[in-house]
Amino acid sequence: MKARPRAPVSKRWRKVQRLLIAYSFIAPNFIGFAVFTLLPIVCAFLLAFMHWDGNNPIEFAGLDNFWKLFSDRAFKDAFWNTIIYTGFTVPLTLACSLGLAVLLNQKIFGRNFFRTVAFFPYVASLVAVAVVWNMIFNPEFGPVNMILYELGIDPKNLPGWAADSDWAMVTIIMFSVWKMMGYFMVIYLAGLQGISGELYEAAEIDGANAWQKFWRITLPQLGPTTFFVSVMLTIQSFKVFDQIYMITQGGPGTSTLVLVYHIYNEAFISWDLGYSSMVALVLFLLVLTITIVQFRWVEGKDGDTA
Amino acid sequence: MLAPFVWMLSASLKLDRDVFAFPIEWIPSEPRWRNYIDIWTKIPLGLFVYNTAKLTIIVTVLQLLTSSFAAYAFAKLRFPYRNTLFLAYIATIAMPWQVYMVPQFLLMRELGLSNTHLALICLQAFTAFGVFLMRQFYMSIPNELCEAARIDGMSEYGIWWRIMLPLSMPALSTLTIFTFVTTWNDFLGPLIYLTKTELKTIQIGIRMFITQYSQEYGLIMAASVVALVPVLLVFLALQRFFVEGIASTGVKG
Repeated sequence: MKARPRAPVSKRWRKVQRLLIAYSFIAPNFIGFAVFTLLPIVCAFLLAFMHWDGNNPIEFAGLDNFWKLFSDRAFKDAFWNTIIYTGFTVPLTLACSLGLAVLLNQKIFGRNFFRTVAFFPYVASLVAVAVVWNMIFNPEFGPVNMILYELGIDPKNLPGWAADSDWAMVTIIMFSVWKMMGYFMVIYLAGLQGISGELYEAAEIDGANAWQKFWRITLPQLGPTTFFVSVMLTIQSFKVFDQIYMITQGGPGTSTLVLVYHIYNEAFISWDLGYSSMVALVLFLLVLTITIVQFRWVEGKDGDTA
Repeated sequence: MLAPFVWMLSASLKLDRDVFAFPIEWIPSEPRWRNYIDIWTKIPLGLFVYNTAKLTIIVTVLQLLTSSFAAYAFAKLRFPYRNTLFLAYIATIAMPWQVYMVPQFLLMRELGLSNTHLALICLQAFTAFGVFLMRQFYMSIPNELCEAARIDGMSEYGIWWRIMLPLSMPALSTLTIFTFVTTWNDFLGPLIYLTKTELKTIQIGIRMFITQYSQEYGLIMAASVVALVPVLLVFLALQRFFVEGIASTGVKG
């Protein structure tokens, strides 16, 4: 059957048909996405300016929720704890994942095995590994404090880890770094493979040692990767929740209370839905700032990279 | 880095009072396999595993089908508002779920979906990330391939099914493992949505186990090991794609 030239009416019909086909491809995903993601996002912004406990009629609140941010001690703590958590987790994870990547990029025995091992904490269920972490860092019987004790540290000076408000955040940060570094190691490994071997050969001819090669070639060449990784890590750190819920529940006191934990508490414990959305808005603004910085940087670099 | 896992495995084979024995006995002299039998009767662990597996499989299948379907249109078809719609997807990738989890919960409640698995399926099966990942991959497949098939009289659905899907196995594998791992390990979602014991997932189940049997360390460890095994198996089987996927797309967690 050969197609013949058709009349204009049928041409228009074919155009409509093509359109329907295209939308039929999009629809199954888009409808779900619009209802369960786009709509709630819009509502999140509206809800931040409402009073609602989820049962009684919803009321317009104007800027009430916004002013409440300033008088809410817990919010202040959560905000600064989030910043502190991010401020330590990001550089530590960067350093550890870069170190691992450089190490496991060498032709050493069993490197594939070690790569898999390094990556495993990332895929492992957080609940399961948090339980282990809690037991290993148990202040009274945990192996970590046992080892510290054997090393001669006075029992009175042994850290209380998750149970101690001075050490709780440290415990959470160490746990997060351990959990995430394998993932970023993989990104760094990809970055390392993109560095031309000729650079190192030239440096060797000039008599550079390993340390100089690392500082003068590896690190600068990995600049874009490091930037990308630190942006992703920062955004991820702003969203920390699971490990805190599992290990410290925000405590002792408010020493590990973070923004998402505060959102969770305000919404599902206090049922102050409007205010919790206002806190969510703060989280959104933090992430947005980082994303804008990233875009600016990428645009600025557009000239020399693809 | 592996030590916590070894410690966990070792503790799961011990009596509670031996778990904290120091110096650490890495290989228990009398491994207590009973822990692995007891956990199934102390809490409905089998049910939790079943719930998690059910959710994970449904979400993963839906995610793969609808994402690759939509991505085909975004990558290979022309239609009005294509870029606007795609921009809507992109814009939400950077938006943390935690920002809109509360309105989403209220919406699900209005729809009568709180305390159902359907709620978790709806919120995890249609992600911007899936569409984005698949579209990026389809962009790298030459248009000529689709053109040739069209001239031969193949329908768009045929092209998607017979040409694009078979060619996109690496991208599909990446998306499979990401979706599988995320859904299997999800904690906050089930924590908010599932309060009935018979609906709970394994992550929430272990959490429940800990609260109920806080002193039975050996059992807690055994249950945790059970929660890790499926992810470990999927990860080892598809590891190559996972690592390539991260390396090429970066991907947020």
